[in-house]
Amino acid sequence: MELLIALVIGVLAACGVYLALRARTFPVVLGLTFLSYAVNLFLFAMGRLSVGQPPVIAAKASGYADPVPQALVLTAIVIGFAMTAFVIVLALKARAELGNDHVDGKHEP
Amino acid sequence: MSHWAIAPVLLPWLAGILLLLAGRNHLAWQRGASALSVFVQLGLALALAAEVSEGELLVYALGNWPAPFGIVLVVDRLAAWMLAITAFLALFALLRAIRGEDAAGAHFHSLFQFQLFGLNGAFLTGDLFNLFVFFEILLIASYGLLLHGGGRRRTRSGLHFVTVNLIGSTLFLFAVGALYGVLGTLNMADLAVKIAAAPPENAPLVRAAGLLLFAVFALKAALLPFYLWLPAAYAHASAPVVALFAIMTKVGAYSILRVDCLMFGARAGAASRLLEPWLLPLALATLLAGMAGAMASRHLRQQAAYLVVASVGSLLVAFGLGSAPGIAAGLYYLPHTTFATAALFLLADSIARRRGEMGDRLEPGPTVAGAAWLGGLFLVAAVAVGALPPLSGFVGKFLTLRAALAHPLWPWVMAVVLLAGLIGLIALARTGSLLFYRAIPPENAIAPEQASALAREIAPIVGLLLLGLGLTFAAGPLTDATRATADQLLQPQLYIRAVLKGGGTP
Repeated sequence: MELLIALVIGVLAACGVYLALRARTFPVVLGLTFLSYAVNLFLFAMGRLSVGQPPVIAAKASGYADPVPQALVLTAIVIGFAMTAFVIVLALKARAELGNDHVDGKHEP
Repeated sequence: MSHWAIAPVLLPWLAGILLLLAGRNHLAWQRGASALSVFVQLGLALALAAEVSEGELLVYALGNWPAPFGIVLVVDRLAAWMLAITAFLALFALLRAIRGEDAAGAHFHSLFQFQLFGLNGAFLTGDLFNLFVFFEILLIASYGLLLHGGGRRRTRSGLHFVTVNLIGSTLFLFAVGALYGVLGTLNMADLAVKIAAAPPENAPLVRAAGLLLFAVFALKAALLPFYLWLPAAYAHASAPVVALFAIMTKVGAYSILRVDCLMFGARAGAASRLLEPWLLPLALATLLAGMAGAMASRHLRQQAAYLVVASVGSLLVAFGLGSAPGIAAGLYYLPHTTFATAALFLLADSIARRRGEMGDRLEPGPTVAGAAWLGGLFLVAAVAVGALPPLSGFVGKFLTLRAALAHPLWPWVMAVVLLAGLIGLIALARTGSLLFYRAIPPENAIAPEQASALAREIAPIVGLLLLGLGLTFAAGPLTDATRATADQLLQPQLYIRAVLKGGGTP
């Protein structure tokens, strides 16, 4: 499971970086989204991977999952969601005002 | 436990929410409430600074959860110093904004207060993840403020600013996550303890996370490889906004200083002096690059933006020396450069408005109305930004150079700082003579401007420059205070003990 999660985070981050370096605003927004997915998974995995463990006290628990990364990832998801919404609106505004969707607002053939 | 430590965070937050409720039709009311909030914040900052001036630390555990389990706010000398600088700067930026620029779009005052909320929180928090949250708050407010008023160029530079900062936030989370995964805590004092005690097999992970953190703060501070977002963003934002943004790069510098002294200081075991090989060379290169940019600029606002980059460079040169005198010199230089660059941005806007179609292009243009006042202020601002005697910039630079003598790289520091100062001087002198001496007299007499309107417009600039003058006159006590701050920073065990023992009842 560790290898799978690590590969997923790596692939997401790589796709995110590649897309964020593109010259059009839509791939850039997608890239930022992928990056934030990667970091959310990464934060979650930092509490160590476990299956079926309660995060808070339970009578018959054999062990506990770390609740702190779960709280962190919730905060990060909320913030990332708000920022993505903002950057989408900004990209649309730029498309409307600059007349094209190039990140520098330039016309290209 | 005194509750005053959280007041600078709560006040702008409440003020921002109330201002949202006020709606956009009550501008006079909004201006009054916003100004009142900033005045009270100034009072709070000064009161907290007086409270901690004897060297004790105020630790406020939210919800009375003891550290390291809960989030703590910590007021030490450095935090109080930064709060006071922010409040002074906000006061004058707001004075300029209520001259009419706040009416160019909705919710200026709410965004302004939320920006202050984020700034104050970032200076006060003692928790790394909480620092991330406050960074996000101040960033999302700054996105709104940057785009305030609209326009094509503002939208384009805003898009770059937002994208770069979102990637920075992602990297911040990676660094925080890695530190938590290795060390199991996010409280900065507890992190410092755990880093010092980290076993050698974890050292590479801790060092990688620490350097990632440094890269994020360098992005916020506009350090050399990461400063390219700044000139466009600052050159196109409206004047009061960019005056407030003069503190934004200093948040990055503050975070570098805090993390460097607390978590990666001399006693941090495997990660000790982690940033030392990077900080000073990068800061020197930033200083040169900023001054070269100022020299090559073809617009006054762009030049002012490059001077911000250079000022971050000279600030981090002082911090990068790593000694108590160096950090003290940097801390004295910090308010000076914040106020001086803010004044320069406000002045650039005032000049650009009076040059008709020429705007702020650095070419001989028509004579500026009110040239006597604006030219005189430009001279003072240039002396301040160029760190010439007799103003406080010179004191700061002199202290930096004197502290540099004890550093092994002192010839490099001397050479770069003095050369950069010379380049900056040439750039500013050329700008001044272009704008005011080589102006083309108009064919018709300039309509005399109403003296009272001009006076109200330049009042915030005069205020900011007078603050610089105050820094010069109070240089003795203030350098003593910054020296005490630097001593406190270089004894992280004081901070650690106060947080881990003082945060509520166990």
